Amino acid sequence: MVYSDKVMDHFKNPRNMGELENPDGIGEVGNPICGDVMKITIKVKDNKISDIKFKTFGCIAAIATTSMLTELAKGKTLEEAEKITNQIIAQELKGLPAIKLHCSNLAADALRMAIKDYFKKVK
Amino acid sequence: MVYLDSGATTKVDPEVIKAMMPYFTEKYGNASSTHQKGQEAKRTLNDARQIIAKSIGAKDEEIIFTSGGTEANNFVLKGIAFANKDKGNRANHGFALPREQGSLGHIITTKIEHDCVLNSCKWLETQGFKVTYLDVDESGFVKPEDLENAITPETLLVSIIHGNNEIGTIQNLKELSAVCKKYNVYFHTDACQSYTKTKLNVKKQNLDLVTLNSHKIHGPRGVGALYIRKGTNITPLLHGGGQEFGLRSGTDNVAGVVGFAKAVQLANQKHVEYMTRLRDKLIEGVLKIPDTRLNGPTNDKRLCNNVNVSFKYVEGEAIGGYLDAEEINTSTGSACSSPKLEPSHVLLAIGLKPEQAHGSLRLTISRFTTEQEINRVLDVLPKVIAKLRKMSPLVKFIKKI
Ligand SMILES: Cc1ncc(COP(=O)(O)O)c(C=O)c1O
Repeated sequence: MVYSDKVMDHFKNPRNMGELENPDGIGEVGNPICGDVMKITIKVKDNKISDIKFKTFGCIAAIATTSMLTELAKGKTLEEAEKITNQIIAQELKGLPAIKLHCSNLAADALRMAIKDYFKKVK
Repeated sequence: MVYLDSGATTKVDPEVIKAMMPYFTEKYGNASSTHQKGQEAKRTLNDARQIIAKSIGAKDEEIIFTSGGTEANNFVLKGIAFANKDKGNRANHGFALPREQGSLGHIITTKIEHDCVLNSCKWLETQGFKVTYLDVDESGFVKPEDLENAITPETLLVSIIHGNNEIGTIQNLKELSAVCKKYNVYFHTDACQSYTKTKLNVKKQNLDLVTLNSHKIHGPRGVGALYIRKGTNITPLLHGGGQEFGLRSGTDNVAGVVGFAKAVQLANQKHVEYMTRLRDKLIEGVLKIPDTRLNGPTNDKRLCNNVNVSFKYVEGEAIGGYLDAEEINTSTGSACSSPKLEPSHVLLAIGLKPEQAHGSLRLTISRFTTEQEINRVLDVLPKVIAKLRKMSPLVKFIKKI
């Protein structure tokens, strides 16, 4: 498996790793049998993602994509953040090996779940 | 760089390179040529053949050089299958076979073979042969009674890996070959990983066919050999100029087999004892990490250079990635590192759940591995696992890691 330098940078130096206390929204995707679980926690302030953290069980690509997602989402309005797709994350990482595009590239789904969770809570 | 992937391939011993060099620069003759340079090559080829033959108690003419383990295994499976199709095993010669409709013959192998055996078997199934893939126990051993129960009058060949490349299990060949002898079925073993690392003798262990290769024992890549017991009914895989007693055509790789033979001569029991000591130190140290299990057997039933462990809550490719960043080369049975995105068939066969197989790490040493390198791994690995567990959403309540 050959990864881009950008992927390796996010893998080796993951941004926003961890779990927020009393988050406003939680999203979790994947399952351990397939080898990937990604958990996103967010804080929302003035309709913007004021803080975001991730936890990931999975391969190099899984860790790098979740790390990249947190960077892309931080500070964005919820509407903007919802528009982040797995493809955009892969592009920002200067590409992923073809077979990893589907299995380990789920971070955007986890974020959308977290935003949904937030709306459910505020209602 | 700490290289702990000697199960994948090894560093070529400088002595081996030295022995090979003249066969590129001066003694480059074709062993099939009748002139002096050719005859010099032929003599060298046969000297190498003798060294390999002696090392496993075979006769010289029972050793066929190949391009490696993959070719030798393909040769056995396809060569025996096609030469003996419709005949059943030799105990049944001359009798009508109660054959199952449409089957050309039956082959028995295991669920823990190298892909080159498994995929040859799968291809043979598409050609009309029947294959049984035997289960193994939780340490990776084949039960002789399972083998005996699987043999039918149409069984042509049994192929069982000697030392397993992933979990290091060393099968009891004598016990398994005895079952095959009872029914007069050809018995093959893939000894790519075990050669020079544990006892291998075609007479004492009663073997009909044995696959050997060079690049796991500090010889060059692209060279291997197949032992074929005299009188075995096998058809060639490669047809051509009739080299290797008509069984494997192609201009002989003289430099390669010289390197292979040199590697065999350099291997000795002291190396095995040395590797065993480092292996056990590594196992002991790694198992101090909580929620860790050893995959495969212990002591002399395990290859002296193999360690395979599973760490809960973390994934193998990521472990390998962080180790690599620390200049430590390893491998994993995780699906994430396989082109098919399936976890190791060997780890699943010994009963691991997919999530345990994802968290596996293989560390394979060689006689060039040093004690300092083992210490370094035992210092770095616990930190890598702790870092990944801190990142893992599967660790719901973080224990003392
Ligand atoms: C058990 C086993 N069989 C066969 C092979 C294939 O050998 P080669 O790489 O020489 O084709 C290997 C190693 O790759 C192996 O470990």
